[in-house]
Amino acid sequence: MCECSCGGKTKTDVLIPMIGVITDIRTETPDVKTFRVVGRDGRKLFEHMPGQCAMVSVPGVGEAMFSITSSPTNTEFQEFSIKRCGTLTDYLHEMNVGEEITVRGPYGNAFPVETALKGQNLLFIAGGIGLAPLRSVINYVLDKRDNYGTIDILYGSRSKDDLVQLKEIQEVWAKTPGVNVYLTIDREQEGWDGHVGFVPSYLKELEFATDKTVLVCGPPVMIKFSLQSLIEMGFEKTQVYTTLELRMKCGVGKCGRCNIGSKYVCKDGPVFRCDEIDELPPEY
Amino acid sequence: MYRIETAGLAELFAAISETQDLFLPLRKADQTNYGLWSEGEPFDLDTLKTVKSAKDCFFPQSEVLYRCKSEDGKLSIDPQKLCDRAFVVFGMRACDVKAVEVLDNVFLSEPVDTFYAARREHGTIVSLACHEPEETCFCANFGIDAAAPGADVETWIIEDSLYWKPLTEKGEALTESLKAVLESTEKETPAEEAEKTVAEEQEAIRKIIEKLPLSHLDLSRFKPEHTMELFDSPLWEELYKPCLACGTCTFVCPTCQCYDIRDFDGGKNGVQRYRCWDSCMYSDFTMMAHGNMRTSQIQRFRQRFMHKLVYYPANYDGLYSCVGCGRCVSKCPASLNIVKVIKKLGGEV
Repeated sequence: MCECSCGGKTKTDVLIPMIGVITDIRTETPDVKTFRVVGRDGRKLFEHMPGQCAMVSVPGVGEAMFSITSSPTNTEFQEFSIKRCGTLTDYLHEMNVGEEITVRGPYGNAFPVETALKGQNLLFIAGGIGLAPLRSVINYVLDKRDNYGTIDILYGSRSKDDLVQLKEIQEVWAKTPGVNVYLTIDREQEGWDGHVGFVPSYLKELEFATDKTVLVCGPPVMIKFSLQSLIEMGFEKTQVYTTLELRMKCGVGKCGRCNIGSKYVCKDGPVFRCDEIDELPPEY
Repeated sequence: MYRIETAGLAELFAAISETQDLFLPLRKADQTNYGLWSEGEPFDLDTLKTVKSAKDCFFPQSEVLYRCKSEDGKLSIDPQKLCDRAFVVFGMRACDVKAVEVLDNVFLSEPVDTFYAARREHGTIVSLACHEPEETCFCANFGIDAAAPGADVETWIIEDSLYWKPLTEKGEALTESLKAVLESTEKETPAEEAEKTVAEEQEAIRKIIEKLPLSHLDLSRFKPEHTMELFDSPLWEELYKPCLACGTCTFVCPTCQCYDIRDFDGGKNGVQRYRCWDSCMYSDFTMMAHGNMRTSQIQRFRQRFMHKLVYYPANYDGLYSCVGCGRCVSKCPASLNIVKVIKKLGGEV
């Protein structure tokens, strides 16, 4: 501990979180829940851009970085779709509406929705919980529909029960003019009459025109093979954006944990254009 | 420039600690480390390298960030108060002084780390020249001059005298507050004579440094544009082998800034969220719920040196995140160190 005998006054550090209240919990799949969070005053905790993340914590349990799945165009709350896969997420899944957590952020860069993506035809490719960050972008572009061209959404998961945000996908996205939604699951399943097969191979079957800017998010192996499919289809890496994920503690590029070469995923990412990733040491 | 008898140092320190906390190299349990000095306590200005660096004074090994309580389902957060008491660190060597600049780049860049910034704001550094540089020293490679250690006040101990030269506003203010002690002997030595004595000493120090075995390392290959070439080098394979992954090098290093954030659950007293030094040498450093990006020691070993010599310079105008203090050289139980890495990857051996 610091040995100095200071009495000290208080100033808010970036590592000091805000208190968030859980106002809604939706069970998406057997292991994914979406948490709606506001401040104690009932208002949004902060403003963010699509792709940005926040540190969510339960004191005494842990703190971890999650992408913000709600769109910035939502003026009332933030949402986090969280898969149960560790100590903190196990605990979060047992929590109830009305309980409090801590949140700090937003952190990281965002998808270039107001620059490079503007006016473009967009192709979203998501796998499993990878839909979480892309949902923020999708709802953002749907709310500012005139600023973008055609929208294609390809989403796959292990089974039909593992498709996150299915209700919104079917009832909102699929019904929006100029938006095409393609769903797929890994294996045949009773009660599923849609496409069966992995995302990268379905992607090739769909034969998309190469005039699109692509946003890919999902398990690393899915991203890898989807990128391979895209290259085979004639896309350039400069047309493809993805997000990376590494262990983080501070969220502001100081704790030294999430670096890939000289880049920090928390600060310089999580959004990277695929040609930028090629220039980094392969430690992700 | 002021001169006082070294016999009067305790008096000087007492004068400083009257109004401020004073951190000095203290001899305890056969080791010398920086600690809070209180009158009468023996200090040690002869040991060139304290076991740990002076990093603790600004970035303590462990510090509470905030306390958190949960009562009736309501959370409350009580942030740790920032340092607001002036303090002096006396005796920092040129390498450790430069290391503070390395840490400043990280902690004072946006968003500013206010815990660190408060300590920097309230701390005054009095440096001490290295009169007998050792064989494990290699600061000269990083443009550091052990004969002119910089900081707020520079000092030299030559024979029975301490020469004191303020360099910054903070240094002037400290000097002003100590005038009574500093001037008691100052009048006996004309300024010119003092300057001359120090200049001669500096020349002697620089001559020693010039002859040190590690003073002329070839760093020319360690540039951001060689990132991939260095990363992919097959030499890491033989270099890392003896590494025990103990993390000692990271804890004694004055520039290592990686930290962990953890909770201490005090039951009904609430949770203390604290941060503490961490090490990229440990396997759980990068472990996530869904996997680990650095599963083998070779990757972790490479990360540490790539960070010091390539990644950090890429982010901060070519400044290396090594100051050549040589602590890792003398403390590694497996005789590994950054010098071996520089020589091997730099093409010297």
